[in-house]
Amino acid sequence: MGTANTPTKITQGTRTKGGIGESTLRPDGTLKVTGEFAYASDLWHEDMLWGFTLRSPHAHARIVSVDISEALAQAGVHAVMTHEDLPAAKTYGLEIQDQPVLADGVVRFHGEPVALVAADHPETARRAAAKIKVVYEQLPLVVDEETATAPGAPILHPDRDDHHAPHSPHPNIVHRQPVVHGDVAAAQALAEVVVTGDYEVGMQDQAFLGPESGLAVPAEDGGVDLYISTQWLHADLRQVAPVLGLPESKVRMTLSGVGGAFGGREDLSMQAHACLLALRTGKPVKIVYNRFESFFGHVHRHPAKLRYEHGATRDGKLVYMKCRIVLDGGPYASSSPAVVGNAASLAVGPYEIENVDIEALALYSNNPPCGAMRGFGAVQACFAYEAQMDKMAAALGMHPVEFRQLNAMSQGSVMPTGQIVDSPAPVAELLRRVRAMPMPPEQQWLAAGETADVRALPGGLSNTTHGEGVVRGVGYAVGIKNVGFSEGFDDYSTARVRIEVIAGEPVATVHTAMAEVGQGGVTVHAQIARTELGVTQVTINPADTRVGSAGSTSASRQTYVTGGAVKHSCEAVREKVLELGRAKFGSYHPAWATAELLLEGGKVVTDGGEVLADLVDVLGGEAVDIELEWRHRPTEPFDLRTGQGFGHVQYSFAAHRAVVEVDTELGLVKVIELACAQDVGKALNPLSVVGQIQGGTTQGLGLAVMEEIIVDPATAKVRNPSFTDYLIPTILDTPPIPVDVLELADDHAPYGLRGVGEAPTLSSTPAVVAAIRAATGLALGRVPVRPEHLTGT
Amino acid sequence: MRVTFTVNGRPQEADDVWEGESLLYVLRERMGLPGSKNACEQGECGSCTVRLDGVPVCACLVAAGQCQDREIVTVEGLADYAKERTAGACGAGTCGPGAGISAGIGTGIDEARQWQARPTDESVDLSPIQQAFIDAGAVQCGFCTPGLLVAADELLERNADPTDADIREALSGNLCRCTGYEKILDAVRLAAARQEA
Ligand code: FES
Ligand code: FES
Repeated sequence: MGTANTPTKITQGTRTKGGIGESTLRPDGTLKVTGEFAYASDLWHEDMLWGFTLRSPHAHARIVSVDISEALAQAGVHAVMTHEDLPAAKTYGLEIQDQPVLADGVVRFHGEPVALVAADHPETARRAAAKIKVVYEQLPLVVDEETATAPGAPILHPDRDDHHAPHSPHPNIVHRQPVVHGDVAAAQALAEVVVTGDYEVGMQDQAFLGPESGLAVPAEDGGVDLYISTQWLHADLRQVAPVLGLPESKVRMTLSGVGGAFGGREDLSMQAHACLLALRTGKPVKIVYNRFESFFGHVHRHPAKLRYEHGATRDGKLVYMKCRIVLDGGPYASSSPAVVGNAASLAVGPYEIENVDIEALALYSNNPPCGAMRGFGAVQACFAYEAQMDKMAAALGMHPVEFRQLNAMSQGSVMPTGQIVDSPAPVAELLRRVRAMPMPPEQQWLAAGETADVRALPGGLSNTTHGEGVVRGVGYAVGIKNVGFSEGFDDYSTARVRIEVIAGEPVATVHTAMAEVGQGGVTVHAQIARTELGVTQVTINPADTRVGSAGSTSASRQTYVTGGAVKHSCEAVREKVLELGRAKFGSYHPAWATAELLLEGGKVVTDGGEVLADLVDVLGGEAVDIELEWRHRPTEPFDLRTGQGFGHVQYSFAAHRAVVEVDTELGLVKVIELACAQDVGKALNPLSVVGQIQGGTTQGLGLAVMEEIIVDPATAKVRNPSFTDYLIPTILDTPPIPVDVLELADDHAPYGLRGVGEAPTLSSTPAVVAAIRAATGLALGRVPVRPEHLTGT
Repeated sequence: MRVTFTVNGRPQEADDVWEGESLLYVLRERMGLPGSKNACEQGECGSCTVRLDGVPVCACLVAAGQCQDREIVTVEGLADYAKERTAGACGAGTCGPGAGISAGIGTGIDEARQWQARPTDESVDLSPIQQAFIDAGAVQCGFCTPGLLVAADELLERNADPTDADIREALSGNLCRCTGYEKILDAVRLAAARQEA
């Protein structure tokens, strides 16, 4: 056998040596392939202790008593801490401080941290934790909208006084956001075809490979240094310092190697715990979650129930849409309010519909806490509206792509929030592109007969079919995702850039607090510095809290915002360098005063290409060093009743075409190919861009056919916290992913770029499910699609 | 208990090993070889893949005591291992001077504080598969990379010209959450092609 290489096309941009637009290789690549890159779980310190977290076996219970004496008496145990030992703030949270550092009197989810142990060996710590005696008295559960809002329902935060509380229809609703536009009642009269549907999205996990880990080292000044894998150092700092009762200046955080994140490291996991144990014991303390714990240690993607109704005219024009999206946030707010805002404002999808009536809300429940995950509220909506688009196309007898194209939004369209889309929105074009990509070869077993490679069939090596009962289907989907933090958030980043002569060469140094979680930001920052400063040698300093905040590595925002900050600081450095040059050499050549000057190839040149001086001579022994903040244009909050407002700074779009084969007897799905077309505005690093698109596509595939944290509705306990039972796609589950990259510049963004990371995660899921529907004729309103949904067993 | 074995061609000894300690723990926490990664410690993700007497195994599933007098190759020794294989001196990797293992345990704070970019040129000694992973963009967060490299190197050792189906089969025990595997396939194809050339 042997499949051809996946074609990957990318439009060429202007090139600078090692600058933006080139597929520069990762600066950390060599360390990562030799095993020398220091991930957080690799850290070590002399005299180091291991921390372990005791977690609740119940989803909702009152803690009657805790006895730590036996645990504390174990040889090798240095500390055992409960909420009574907390020195200062007892709760934390990204937006609302409602999550206990250690459970205080009550536990609200299965796996909630109750006590901490520090010991000289990880096994000692685990065994000691098992000796902590906790007596629980179980409480009634809130597991869905019904139990959350029923009369007499247990109120999970009876004393809540956050700013969403006054607008919430019920205390067990974290946040609710309606979006109303046009006149749905009037439009309903115009609709000739109406389709409705109920949809459900299971709880997906980020399942990054590098476990939550960190090393806290107590410092002589009474403070602490934390080496940590995170997405946002400064947000961690802001939450951890009050827990420790220390000023932020005494809590120093340095990013250590991060093994993936996808939103799962946006909330604190063990940050405060490690610091607390280190300060208590006076020794360095390392915590490394095992995989089991990791499933309890971070927030997941909100599971959702969605109800949609669309009306269209006979000729295929959508005239109204109504929907209701209920997200389950679990017991703590985390980023639920923002997820609700996203789900509501993007609920209509990349389509023009005049009249909409949208309601999205997130519940407090005793299910596992949910928060950020790649796609952030847009994933759930996309699954539902894309299923609706197929339903409507079928009802109208139209091709699903042509129906979408007919209703596709474009530049100048008005979002249901009233926001005018003021940059390219090539929705119809992306659909055209995925549809035009060559199809994978037809059913290979028919052509190959007896010699068919069973590995390519559903079931693979288990040899469950030789092609009998296998049907093929093709499905399409497209999605819209916002880039950057929305709803009026002050979304800024900081970059410090320095240029100096080292060993006879001009060298630039870039220092930001951006968390490199694998996305390749470090590569891109060096490319930007090369482009702006014309030097080849760029050093990227490790991210830490000694430089201003870079904001989070999430919301597809880092290349836009921190990349923008690096560009901005580089421009300021360049101006300073040119000033130096003018002072030194200005009198020798009039061009210093009159021409547009650039830095290129280590020289100062005019825009006509005339070389004026070497950077080395301009700088001499001096260094130019500038730290600046940079922000994208401001957004504004959505109106709480109508959802109107300029809420998002940028949108990004991706479309998928999925080809699947289904063994209809056993309900096994083999995704044959998952083609993607995405507009990236400008590909600063084409290789990384394609890598992001393929990775995001694969996570969407996972949600479509296998990934779900299964929570027992009777006990709200997690049933599958392991890689044995929570399945993520392997290389056998992942098909070729040809990628077609479009670059239509967004004039508001640095270099015209568009955030890339999340959009491909949206449409991949509905495309796969659409293909399965096409193959089987089944309605399939829930993801992940499981074999029993296909066989009816 | 005491365990004596060879790691990347160098004799090693670990004292006071608990019966329950895995080879992975001993490599990472006692030998100062954190290259093999700990993503599930359950045999499901392949991040900890090493060669045990030439056979790829999940180090997290091997009790350290089982390794008495045996030969281990980790990602840290991959370049040397591949080099010796090409030299034809030692197919099983049971000889040779081994990789320069840093003494001590884990990664010290100063190293952690300051990762330094390394040029991806010939000045660094890499095996063909390591170089191919860098060149093909198969490394994102890199946490899966050490295990994948050991597995892919073993594949190329027994099958110089694997089909895509062969590659998928050989690497199906190694999870990667970042890349979508396409670039990993590219990397193995690239290493195979370079090996031919
Ligand atoms: S850590 Fe050994 S297989 Fe996952
Ligand atoms: S898991 Fe991150 S690169 Fe594979």
